[in-house]
Amino acid sequence: MLTLECPYCGVMADETELTAGGEAHLKRFGPGSSDEDFEAYLFERENPKGVHFERWRHSHGCGKWFHAARNTMTLEVYGTYPAQTSEPPVEIRNKISGIAPGWSWRLFK
Amino acid sequence: MKRYSAFAIAREALRFHTGWERAWRSPEPRRRYDVVIVGAGGHGLATAYYLGKNFGITNVAVIEKGWLGGGNTGRNTTIIRSNYLQDPSAAIYEKARSLYETLSQDLNYNVMFSPRGVIMLAQTHHEVRGYQRTAHANALQGVTTEWISPERVKELVPIIRLDGPRYPVMGGLWQARGGTARHDAVAWGYARACSAMGMDIIQKCEVTGVRTEGGKVRGVDTTKGPIDCGKLGIVVAGHSSHLAEMGGFRLPIESVALQALVSEPIKPCMDVVVMANTVHGYMSQSDKGEMVIGGGTDGFNNYTQRGSFHHIEETVRALIETFPMISRLKMLRQWGGIVDMTGDRSPILSKTPVEGVFVNCGWGTGGFKAIPGSGWAMAELMAKGHSPLTADFGLDRFREGRFIDESVAAGVAH
Repeated sequence: MLTLECPYCGVMADETELTAGGEAHLKRFGPGSSDEDFEAYLFERENPKGVHFERWRHSHGCGKWFHAARNTMTLEVYGTYPAQTSEPPVEIRNKISGIAPGWSWRLFK
Repeated sequence: MKRYSAFAIAREALRFHTGWERAWRSPEPRRRYDVVIVGAGGHGLATAYYLGKNFGITNVAVIEKGWLGGGNTGRNTTIIRSNYLQDPSAAIYEKARSLYETLSQDLNYNVMFSPRGVIMLAQTHHEVRGYQRTAHANALQGVTTEWISPERVKELVPIIRLDGPRYPVMGGLWQARGGTARHDAVAWGYARACSAMGMDIIQKCEVTGVRTEGGKVRGVDTTKGPIDCGKLGIVVAGHSSHLAEMGGFRLPIESVALQALVSEPIKPCMDVVVMANTVHGYMSQSDKGEMVIGGGTDGFNNYTQRGSFHHIEETVRALIETFPMISRLKMLRQWGGIVDMTGDRSPILSKTPVEGVFVNCGWGTGGFKAIPGSGWAMAELMAKGHSPLTADFGLDRFREGRFIDESVAAGVAH
């Protein structure tokens, strides 16, 4: 079972206590944007084999949304961090580089 | 290719079975093919087969990073049905189901299609209304299904408990000509028929890149060297995003693990397929006597082909209420497959931004039942550039908002 630490309440939460919220750090395109941008924002996903940044909600706990950095090939969790950011924190990125050198995800390395 | 027949069995019995030939050749790849299909699962092999059979295109290679039929084709619960709500879905799934009826004769390979009937249980009032609606829709689509009473469910499935406190059985949607088939045999039968038409099936050959020139496909790079092609079909289920990335485009797909499990073999006790979508569980009995049980998907992106224990517990716990006699069964094996989920839970059979590259993916949790129809339609799309069966399943539907929303109709077990 996947276990993630909620960065808000500090609980080590089992997967059954959480709700997965899909890919993180999407840039929102709303009214007035092009059809291509809107489609990409709504539907197209990185869906990588490897490092993935994603949203989770501690739904059966404190209720907060947070982010997790995880590997979809090994299920290794690199860390969790609060949702009030538009990109993964440097310390998480450095930690991933230490474990999986050469990784990239969208514009992040 | 020597035909399989009763006579062949007698002939081989007389010479100690020394005359059976390999079902398909395993050649090294040539430098160029008219069509390269990536993925030798059911859908990829069926695509190749119907390219040859229906359109005479036989200069085809099917390349596979693992072994033939070793992905989701060998990992599903083998259920075949076509009782979908939306017209485009009913059309392609019913095409597939009807092709299954004669597939063994067509391929000269026993795929053990068993039209034993499929019941989808209604266990909430919402499901009662939903399945009655589906039965009406199916009547208009020419798909034979029927809304049946709880008493009729009990007749068909004597081991079922109708009055479970949490999940009472309030009726069911019955498709008498649905059923199961031998999943490996479907892949093997198509592979043998493709090989007999002169197509090359190249296993243990991983695609490492897609070569394009001026927006048009030129070929693929593989672990067995570069292969040129005129057209490229990407039929790789859960790994579609990975291949699309090589081609320089993205797909509206997320890959998650779907899991199943089987019990120890027991005497025959249930001769239909039962699906209980409220509790995310479905069950049938294999010819060996094992109860084959399918569960729900994980909610998060995952490429590990492993399941998770709490999903098994959830599925089995709920099924035990409806089938009390399975509570003492030991479970033998459990496994996971990586399924490709789209936003509307319907497949994608489409051209792509790269000219000459076609994708067939997004079958999500219900691809096995669709194999012959999917291959039939994909072959037509690749050969002619359009197909009535794929017209509604294009990538452009996401931009244009023309969803084929089966998740509303069928929930998880789709």
